[in-house]
Order: sequence, then C-alpha cells, then structure tokens
Amino acid sequence: MSDQPLSIFQVAGRAMSAQLVRMNTTASNLANVGQVASNPGEAYRSMKPVFRTHFDAASGMATVDVESVVAAGEAPTKRYDPGNPMADAEGNVWESAVDETRELVDMMETARTYQNNVEVMQTAKTLITQTLNLGRS
Amino acid sequence: MGSNSLFGVHGAALQVRSQRMGVLASNIANASTPGFKAKDIDFREALNAIETPGMAGTDPIGSATKYRVPLQSSLDGNTVELATEQTAFAENAVAYQTTLAFLNGRIDTLKRALKGE
Repeated sequence: MSDQPLSIFQVAGRAMSAQLVRMNTTASNLANVGQVASNPGEAYRSMKPVFRTHFDAASGMATVDVESVVAAGEAPTKRYDPGNPMADAEGNVWESAVDETRELVDMMETARTYQNNVEVMQTAKTLITQTLNLGRS
Repeated sequence: MGSNSLFGVHGAALQVRSQRMGVLASNIANASTPGFKAKDIDFREALNAIETPGMAGTDPIGSATKYRVPLQSSLDGNTVELATEQTAFAENAVAYQTTLAFLNGRIDTLKRALKGE
C-alpha cells in the first residue's frame, strides 16, 4: 500500500481511521475519569494519539497516520482517603487526572473532522462516477 | 495540447481540477495534524503553464502549487482553515462538473455529426 501512489480515497480513508483512533482514546479517557489506584504508577493517565503527515510525492497528496499513542496530561492527583479499600499504608489514593472538558471538546472536533472526510469521499465518488459516464448520456 | 484539439482546453482543465481536488482533500485530511502546511493549486497559473507550448518536461501543476497563507496562525503550526478548505473544495467540485458538462457537450456534438441526425 505504501509503494503505490495515494488515491483520494486513501487520503480520506486513512484520515478517517486516524480520527477513529483519536475517538477511541477519548472514550478510554472519559471511561477512566475518577479511577483510583494505590500508587501513582498504576493510576490511569489520559492517552493521546500523535498524528503525523504522510506525504506522497508521486501523487502530490498527503494523508495522516497515527504515529503512536502516548500517555499525556497531568500526573495523577494524591487524595487522602483512608476509608478507601485502595488506600496505601498512609491512607492515600491516586486519582486519574482526566480533564473532562478537554476530552469532550476533543471529541467534538474529532467528529467534525471525521464528517468532513466522509464528505470529501462522497464528493470524490460522485465526481469519479460522473467522469466514468462521460459521453454516455 | 493546443486549444484546437478535439476537446480544447477542457482536458487539461479536468486534469488540474482533479489534481486540485486531491490537494484540497489532503488539507482536509490533515486538519488536525500539528505543523501541517496547507497547499493549493493556482488554477489559472497551472492551466496557463500546460497550454504554453514548449513546456514539455516541466511540471506545470507542481510549479503552480503554493502554500496557503493562513488568515490566523495557530499555535501548533497547522495552517489548515476548515472554512477556507471546504469552500475551495466545493467550488472545485462544481467547476469539475462544469468541465464535465462542457466535455459531454462536445461529445454529443460529435456524435450528432457522425450520425447525421
């Protein structure tokens, strides 16, 4: 796939899969809001995908790939809660610091970008079909 | 590729329009990639370069591809502005269909002449 020139469907399709990965990380982050652990290493940290442009010199087009998914965001917050079964010897628990507002904004942007790529694909499909039917009317 | 050929300028126009659709699709695909610089094809310049004789061996569309100047710069270095890209994409799609209509008209004319209707 990488040694062939990109088509417009691959450009939009790969961008859509990249946005889908981003949506999945957002879902994981939101699902783990308020999760507690008994030490900072085990506590959940929000995940973010790293996007990277993939240039294709043969077709002059560029698409996007997810290079990696990294743990980013704030460090887990320490909370004194001796009654919690997860509490350590000193009575502290570590709570995942997921920024819910940021995640929700991210989710909206992801959905918008995904829709844009679907629209691009639909328009390209229509135009290519019309080109194939050239002279048949 | 002179203008006196069967389809005139429309074949070259369709080629540039199709290439521009790819470039604009790339911009939209990279709307959230940090550091991506949006590009666009100057249609008039590309078509002029194709239509100018003696340009064989050069890359007329490549040399008419320019970086877009953003209206407002963003912190992550991305210069894609979705409103601009969507407008350009829609305009390009309509122009592509216009060119197809011109080509269809040409083909119809020829068919009618051949059939002698």
